[in-house]
Amino acid sequence: MGPSQWRQVLLTCAIQDGSAHGRVSESLLRRFGRGIAGCPPERRGAARMLRASLREISAALREGQLSPTELCQSCLSFIKATKFLNAYITIAEDTALKQAEESEERYRRGQILGDLDGIPVAVKDNFSTAGIETTCASNMLKGYIPPYNATVVQKLLDQGAVLLGKTNLDEFAMGSGSTDGIFGPVRNPWSYSRQYREKCAQKAQTENEDSNWLITGGSSGGSAAAVSSFTCFAALGSDTGGSTRNPAAHCGVVGLKPTYGLISRHGLIPLVNSMDVPGILTRCVDDAAIILGVLAGHDPKDSTTVQDPFKPFELPSCMDASSLCVGVPKEYHAPGLSSETLALWSKAADLFENAGAKVIEVSLLHTQYSIICYHVLCTAEVASNMARFDGLEYGHRASGGESTEAMYAATRREGFNDVVRGRILAGNYFLLKQNYEKYFIKAQKVRRLIANDFVNVFSGGVDVLLTPTTLSDTIQYVEFIKEDNRTRSAQDDIFTQAANMAGLPAVSVPTALSEKGLPIGLQFIGRAFQEQQLLTVAKWFEKQVKFPVIELQGMMNHGHTGCHHQKSAFFS
Amino acid sequence: MAASIVRRSLLARHGPARRVAGLHSGPRRRRVQAPGAAGEQGDAPWVAVVGLEIHAQISSDSKLFSGSKVQFAASPNSLVSFFDASLPGTLPVLNRRCVEAAVMTGLALNCSINKKSLFDRKHYFYADLPAGYQITQQRLPVAVNGSLSYSFHAGGQKNQMVTRTVRIKQIQLEQDSGKSLHDDTRGQTLIDLNRAGVGLIEVVMEPDMSSGEEAAAAVRELQLILQTLGSSQAIMAEGQLRVDANVSVHHPGEAYGTRTEVKNINSARFLARAIDYEIKRQIKELENGGTIVNETRTFDYKLGCTLPMRDKEGKQDYRFMPEPNLPPLILYDNKSLPANVNHSQVVNIDWIRERLPDLPSVKRAKLVEQYGILPEHCLTLLNEDGLMQFFENVMKQTEMNPKKVIGWILIDTLGYLNQHRLTVKESPVSSFFLAELLNLLERREISSSAAQQVFRELWKGEGKTPLQIVKEKRLEVIQDQQELEAICQAVMEGHQKELYSQAAQERREQSIKAYVLFCMSPALVFSNNR
Repeated sequence: MGPSQWRQVLLTCAIQDGSAHGRVSESLLRRFGRGIAGCPPERRGAARMLRASLREISAALREGQLSPTELCQSCLSFIKATKFLNAYITIAEDTALKQAEESEERYRRGQILGDLDGIPVAVKDNFSTAGIETTCASNMLKGYIPPYNATVVQKLLDQGAVLLGKTNLDEFAMGSGSTDGIFGPVRNPWSYSRQYREKCAQKAQTENEDSNWLITGGSSGGSAAAVSSFTCFAALGSDTGGSTRNPAAHCGVVGLKPTYGLISRHGLIPLVNSMDVPGILTRCVDDAAIILGVLAGHDPKDSTTVQDPFKPFELPSCMDASSLCVGVPKEYHAPGLSSETLALWSKAADLFENAGAKVIEVSLLHTQYSIICYHVLCTAEVASNMARFDGLEYGHRASGGESTEAMYAATRREGFNDVVRGRILAGNYFLLKQNYEKYFIKAQKVRRLIANDFVNVFSGGVDVLLTPTTLSDTIQYVEFIKEDNRTRSAQDDIFTQAANMAGLPAVSVPTALSEKGLPIGLQFIGRAFQEQQLLTVAKWFEKQVKFPVIELQGMMNHGHTGCHHQKSAFFS
Repeated sequence: MAASIVRRSLLARHGPARRVAGLHSGPRRRRVQAPGAAGEQGDAPWVAVVGLEIHAQISSDSKLFSGSKVQFAASPNSLVSFFDASLPGTLPVLNRRCVEAAVMTGLALNCSINKKSLFDRKHYFYADLPAGYQITQQRLPVAVNGSLSYSFHAGGQKNQMVTRTVRIKQIQLEQDSGKSLHDDTRGQTLIDLNRAGVGLIEVVMEPDMSSGEEAAAAVRELQLILQTLGSSQAIMAEGQLRVDANVSVHHPGEAYGTRTEVKNINSARFLARAIDYEIKRQIKELENGGTIVNETRTFDYKLGCTLPMRDKEGKQDYRFMPEPNLPPLILYDNKSLPANVNHSQVVNIDWIRERLPDLPSVKRAKLVEQYGILPEHCLTLLNEDGLMQFFENVMKQTEMNPKKVIGWILIDTLGYLNQHRLTVKESPVSSFFLAELLNLLERREISSSAAQQVFRELWKGEGKTPLQIVKEKRLEVIQDQQELEAICQAVMEGHQKELYSQAAQERREQSIKAYVLFCMSPALVFSNNR
């Protein structure tokens, strides 16, 4: 599907949704005005409203300028309109509308549950959602409807959030492209942005429009695409080696990986238990802080969450950079780092320095081993975690089979893709008695060294580390699949993985557009449990760089630029 | 009155008790000749080596890592949480009660308690293991390096008590599996996950034993300890105590032989038989020029032999891995207990130690001291479920010498119970009735033989008190001189011929006393009333 089809879809959608939309538009227009030229009038309000921040939309709901039901319907329509992005696996239309109605009732009675009441969110399809299919993009769990909610999902619902649906991913979150799930790859909304399309046109590319779309990165590509394309206000991802930050960087959104142990993993279908963290994808840093405030805290159902009470915080709008020490790890000048990203990274360092911060070069000597080390630890835990999928209690079960063992084998062959099976095989190899010392124990020791590097740097006075999130901007799907999943994962997690090894909080902040008109993100890594400091820095940085908003509606009216930030103030 | 009508003392029945030398043999390996194996070919005798791994289900309200109830014989799959069924995304949460039970057991078995222990995953595919792995403590268990002293009547000789010690290698916490029920007629296997995830204490013993008899005695002692602590109900028939035995044989001075593992033995009786069978089998196999295969075997109690287990063929690599969802288990003592800590969140070893109940060995020593009875009597008193309580209840209600009471308990009561395959709890003769009976005897209101008769009557369980039975059957000893004389007169008059016969004439002098005594029992008088 190309840009012309995208336009078509949006227009059709506006017509199809008929009466409901008329109603939505009226209230929205009151709040958001009629300022977007080129949009069909009935879409203008919705388009702008859906771009609002959490705080803005929450205020609009409180003030009664629109109702949760209107908002929910609007999002659902937009999800359908952007279906070709393949961001969602399941759209929970009925339950979402029901939740929105309940929220509406609470607003009517003035008894709202919290800041998120009535706000549409999306959740990666590897979090258990009671009554809503949870597939992990795998045949193994196709049709599996969990009987319980993941703690993070429950916390969102307890705040009144409206769960729109479950977002696409690589099968069992194993990948860095969101290309390797049974429901097909996720398309990066930036593929259809004015910013990218114009650059493509300049280069006079004659490629088939339908083949030059871009990947989102992964594995939380569906969540990143959903947030980036304005179909929801926040989304949950998961982050084991960079699975939240990587697609966030490629899709131009904020991706936060909190400290390991700060947020419950209960209900998150695991990839690597010792590194998995629920991730937060939002369109700005403030929104990430709000969601973090809702999700963080001890969960008796997850023994690895810390007992210390978590106090939600609001980020200050200004920051005294002079008291800040930013570390720039020299080892992150990795082979393959694009010159654009490198330039941006060094510019960002200058930005801090110019603002009075102390910027120092630091060494994280062992980070270079994190990918290979991760390969051993990840596959070992995968081999173990996947052992439960035997077709007996839930999920896919192969028919026939002469014995239990034959049934297991057929079930697992049919249920898992090659990537998952490959990791299971490798992991079991590393865990064999004769290999355990040589691989698993060694990898654990290296992990300790990687973590110690961070400890040393932070105890040396560094407050946050500044690094690239990815080697470069995103690439076309046809390019991406020229290498296999393992190669891609090794390349793509290179800057993000070490934070998972060390359990540290890290956030990717969209920084600027590349020459191709595509987002580039930079990453901040903070001290354990110092999310407030990390996000304060990230917010300050966000404010400086003025990352441009994706111009999707521009597609409907070529040549028109109807949004706030026409250019990146930072990169110009 | 005459001593001869008093019941023979227990000692008289069994001969003098002999204290056996080496009552507290140290933990060093003892090499005992295997049963019936003494140099059959004229070679050096065979030595058997037996080690045990014992799984005890922890007595707790909920499972080791989930909130599901623990209950025996509940309807299938009615006690299964999402975690127990290994639903994706569920996580283990350690049950504090199970930790306390393990610490308690470790302390009772003289172990050193590890202040930090770890959980591991042990992987294997089996239909009743939903996660594909069992959470256990392979690397760093909760307790290590303990010992267990146990006594037994060597060779079944009631008066030959032997005491030995087996070293405890480690005690670990782990999950139980579910149950597979094979429906052969329909060719189906049904899975019941009620047991899946129930907490187990695994006690690993060093191979310090050499016979089924020793192993059975060690298991019995462990069972008593667990029951005393309340850490497990340890009822073998309900599978709460399961024993795997590692058995090998070798010639003294040579390396240990290849061992086999006899699995899932669920009664003490079968344990001894299974081990002894396996020892004999291995010796026979080796003497016939065969070899022993390292394999898992099961005991067929109907055939009385061990057989290879078909589904456990082939060596398993369990691919152990640290359990990433559980932080290290940290235990505290009074010294290390952090200030302002939430007490529901920590386990204090010293606190548990201070509250340990009297262990069976202490109880036995106290019984010996308090009642002056023999250690071997105490062994039986404790080994038979509820018998000690029964004995102590009788003692509370009787003036009789404990040494005499113990005979009534161990010979008569226990004899009857065993004969009728009853437990102490099921005894139709309550401690109250027995005490009353013994009091009648002690006050010499009835004779010893009358007491036996009353006891037999009591056994019928008709609810009559001993005194009622005595009255009804007119079994009282007659204390009235005149009445006695009258009876004697009557007997003599009724037996004129015998009395005045030549032979009787000659014996009269010696037996007059016995005759009087004979007459004292009205029952005899009437039964001889011809």
